[in-house]
Amino acid sequence: MERTILHCDCNNFYASVERLYHPELRDRPIAVSGDPELRHGIVLAKSNEAKKLGVKTGHPLWMAKQLCPDIVFVKPHYDLYTHFSQLARNIYSEYTDRVEPYGQDECWLDMTGTAKLLGDGKHIADTIRNRIKSELGITISAGVSFNKVFAKLGSDYKKPDATTVIPFDGFREFVWPLPVSNLIFVGGATTKVLERKCIRTIGELANTDRSTVKSWLGKCGETLWLYANGYDSSQVAKDGEQPTIKSIGNSTTLSRDLVGYDEIKITLMVLSESVAARLRRHNMQCETVQIGIRGTNLSWIERQGRLPIPGCDSTTIYLKALELLVQNYQQGKPVRSLGVRACNLSARQYIQTSFMPSVHRTQRYEKIEDVIDKLRFRFGNKIVQRGIMLSDTGLSTLDPQADHPNLILSSVHTQR
Amino acid sequence: MGKKFIDVAAHFDTDGKIIPVMFWWDDGKSYRIDRVLDIRRSASLKAGGTGIRYTCRILGKNRYLYYDDYTTKWFVEIPDDFYSTW
Ligand SMILES: [Mg+2]
Repeated sequence: MERTILHCDCNNFYASVERLYHPELRDRPIAVSGDPELRHGIVLAKSNEAKKLGVKTGHPLWMAKQLCPDIVFVKPHYDLYTHFSQLARNIYSEYTDRVEPYGQDECWLDMTGTAKLLGDGKHIADTIRNRIKSELGITISAGVSFNKVFAKLGSDYKKPDATTVIPFDGFREFVWPLPVSNLIFVGGATTKVLERKCIRTIGELANTDRSTVKSWLGKCGETLWLYANGYDSSQVAKDGEQPTIKSIGNSTTLSRDLVGYDEIKITLMVLSESVAARLRRHNMQCETVQIGIRGTNLSWIERQGRLPIPGCDSTTIYLKALELLVQNYQQGKPVRSLGVRACNLSARQYIQTSFMPSVHRTQRYEKIEDVIDKLRFRFGNKIVQRGIMLSDTGLSTLDPQADHPNLILSSVHTQR
Repeated sequence: MGKKFIDVAAHFDTDGKIIPVMFWWDDGKSYRIDRVLDIRRSASLKAGGTGIRYTCRILGKNRYLYYDDYTTKWFVEIPDDFYSTW
């Protein structure tokens, strides 16, 4: 069935909210900026008037002033933007439970199958657009199409306060003449690579051989090729289903180099336990386990593998991490630093039931570890320990460092 | 056009709904709200901001009262010459 996907994008979000609260600035070019008192302040967002004169996000304030002498700088109010972001999402949620935020001011909405009830995609987009304008006092631009990529392309096509429909029939005529950089995830570097290959439009990308694009840009290129041809089939995540954290990882640099598998095993177990506990704290499970190894030559290698079913217990993660290590690291080579990361996260409540023994086992491990979590919470981390930890207390007491939560927004970037 | 914050007395019902009952002007006078005719979220382009807009019947006239749920303040829009028209 042909889907109906909307992409709603608040126009000049920060600047629009500020102007709503400052009616006296409504017709003036403004820029939201870091503290204007400070000389190193930069432009965080700007109104259309300033944009027209060439003011860009990231410009230092003196440069913005040079380009646009009438510009007014206002300080950011992040809490207020979050409030508006929530208000907009509340409105979207009245129409569908499939609302997937993309950044603070953009959302995808899946309106498939609601045409008889609520009207077609364009009608809903116009309704939402008008409601945001009258209720929030800011404008959005909306794109309507049969997949997320083209819906996003549509909302970028005409701004502000407009709806653009890219129908399945005739999407080639509409999309293919556009510059390839209009396609989501085609950034500056990718554009340059494609330019060197004489690919300037989305159509030129679409009509290049798939494997050729892959050879230029890797797996990411293949994804872009699919996008250009209208084959994006990714789902709009259900409200609240989308994890904000894309992966959870722990790594540690050791006080001495590890040589044998026994020592490596202990360290992997410490890391796996910590990753698993953090997964459960966020009520998440992972489908992919990734390890990172740094040898004494200081090169960092990463390898990942999939779990048969998503899990959040340390045994499953540990066994996968160990398997990856054995496959990818020559025994006897010293290890200076190790990392374990859980990727492909999803919310934990959607657990598939299965009669498969491996599934059953994973679920049993998870139950055991939920109990261990509670014990450790009440009586401290040492109250329950694995036997392996007692074999080398020096290693097992190391404190794994949490990596920075990986807030990469696009799945394409993580594939790279 | 401007924004004027006002003191409001309101009725909070058991459903969590808030209905303004009376308010005070800066001259110390209080005004009773005879009826609330409409409740909806609305931006106020005149005063600047958004909130829950109550259309209120006050002394025989319809007036908007806004409840800004972000700052939890009540405000009204006032025209520049409002002292002669309110
Ligand atoms: Mg935007």
